[in-house]
Amino acid sequence: MTTPEHDRLARVVRQHASQLAASLTHLTGDFAAAEDLVQDAVLAALKHWPVDGIPDRPDAWLFTVARRRGLDGLRRQSNYRSKLAQVQWPVPSDPDARLRLIFTCCHPTLAREAQVALTLRVVCGLTTAEIARAFLVPEATVARRISRAKRKITEAGIPYRIPDADELGARLTEVLTVIYLLFNEGYLSTASRIQSRDLVDDAEWLADLLHQLMPTEPEVIGLLALIRLHRARASARFAPDGGLVQLPDQDRSLWDREEIADASRLLVRAARHQRPGPYQLQAAIVACHAEASRWEDTDWEQIVLLYDMLLHLAPSPVTRLHRAIALRYASGPTAAMAELDALADTLDDYHLYHATRAELLRALGRPSQARDADQHALELTTNPAEQAILRRRVSWP
Amino acid sequence: MRYVLLFVETEEFARDLEAMGPADREHAYERVTEWMATHKDRIRGGNKLRPAVTATTVRLDRGNEPVVTDGPFVEGKEIVSGYTEIEVADLDEALRMVRTWPGCPLVEIRPLE
Repeated sequence: MTTPEHDRLARVVRQHASQLAASLTHLTGDFAAAEDLVQDAVLAALKHWPVDGIPDRPDAWLFTVARRRGLDGLRRQSNYRSKLAQVQWPVPSDPDARLRLIFTCCHPTLAREAQVALTLRVVCGLTTAEIARAFLVPEATVARRISRAKRKITEAGIPYRIPDADELGARLTEVLTVIYLLFNEGYLSTASRIQSRDLVDDAEWLADLLHQLMPTEPEVIGLLALIRLHRARASARFAPDGGLVQLPDQDRSLWDREEIADASRLLVRAARHQRPGPYQLQAAIVACHAEASRWEDTDWEQIVLLYDMLLHLAPSPVTRLHRAIALRYASGPTAAMAELDALADTLDDYHLYHATRAELLRALGRPSQARDADQHALELTTNPAEQAILRRRVSWP
Repeated sequence: MRYVLLFVETEEFARDLEAMGPADREHAYERVTEWMATHKDRIRGGNKLRPAVTATTVRLDRGNEPVVTDGPFVEGKEIVSGYTEIEVADLDEALRMVRTWPGCPLVEIRPLE
């Protein structure tokens, strides 16, 4: 399904879909109908472009198809139709239109799954089928989520606008959560890479778009840097046989040093705003790893310090677990184990808790308890790449 | 747009209100009155409902006699205790109002047709 040619098509579609959705919504005042027309145009592009080639002006092509579909299909909705009939290419572009679109898709009164599906379809120009494949859910489920969300936007009066200053922070957090979720889903993807779209690519594109639209928001920069720092090292994460390679064992010569340096510079720029946040701190932690040329050179004291700051801003047991892992290298396995013991109740269902415990037990010279912990972790994960690593560890002599 | 705010009480909230001294309860009611006063330009009507023990539910099944039962239609720990109709620009404005609501711990916002 995803050939390089298809990827290129998808990228061109993505470049223009949100602009088209924003223009149509702006012109007609009807988000739901605009969204339908964009999806129609996207499907038409994916059908015709592989045969006819990508047109010189893809934006004009998509617009013309959407407009024609609108005029054909919406005969009864005369008000909408007459507005659409008056519109000619090129439509005036409004720099804030895409931002309004993003904030509407990620409105806090929509369920998270709906925010995600809507953002992918409206802002990134994915088809319903592509979204379904990426999340391993039936296409009908995605279609239902989208139509319910659109109905709510229209009928419950969800406004199409950029939030006021007093609520912008909370609303931006909502948007960043959606992008982060896409990134995570793509990064830990259990779906086959060949068959499904690379959501990390969409997450990076969205973060970059948001950064262009809101250049002075440091958390947007932080999230963009975080995604880029991961992507810069992606090729070292998988062995030729497809197995997952853990950080200490990765071939660091495969890391893209230039990309890492660029992302680090982004972080420095974000820090100048002096408004630290969870994404900037997470990115700073990843940067500590990415900037070390060998595993032994990792600045673990700095990482523990950053985790302390992160926990202060956003307390979470999973973050505490990650801090404990860093603490092992900064202060030794005994200190880390004490931290883990404190998390035993909260994280008992989390496979990485048991996998980490196994590693610490091994470092403390308790191999049989380590094997039990690995076995426990194996039972709790469904991710095939992680299962493979754990299985290997359990079967060690 | 017009919305109805459905105010929902929980058992815990009712218990806490019950346990309050007269002065505290008076204060709690005052805060609700203040909220109503602050938003009076947006409020189009509404009422407090009498407690759930006074409710009667009638279930109309096709072809059968209506079934009359004692009590609210959902038997649960959360009970609709009042409603207010409001007229505001959009859902964001309704949300802003509801965020400062000083009474019961649950509010459902429903747009009117």
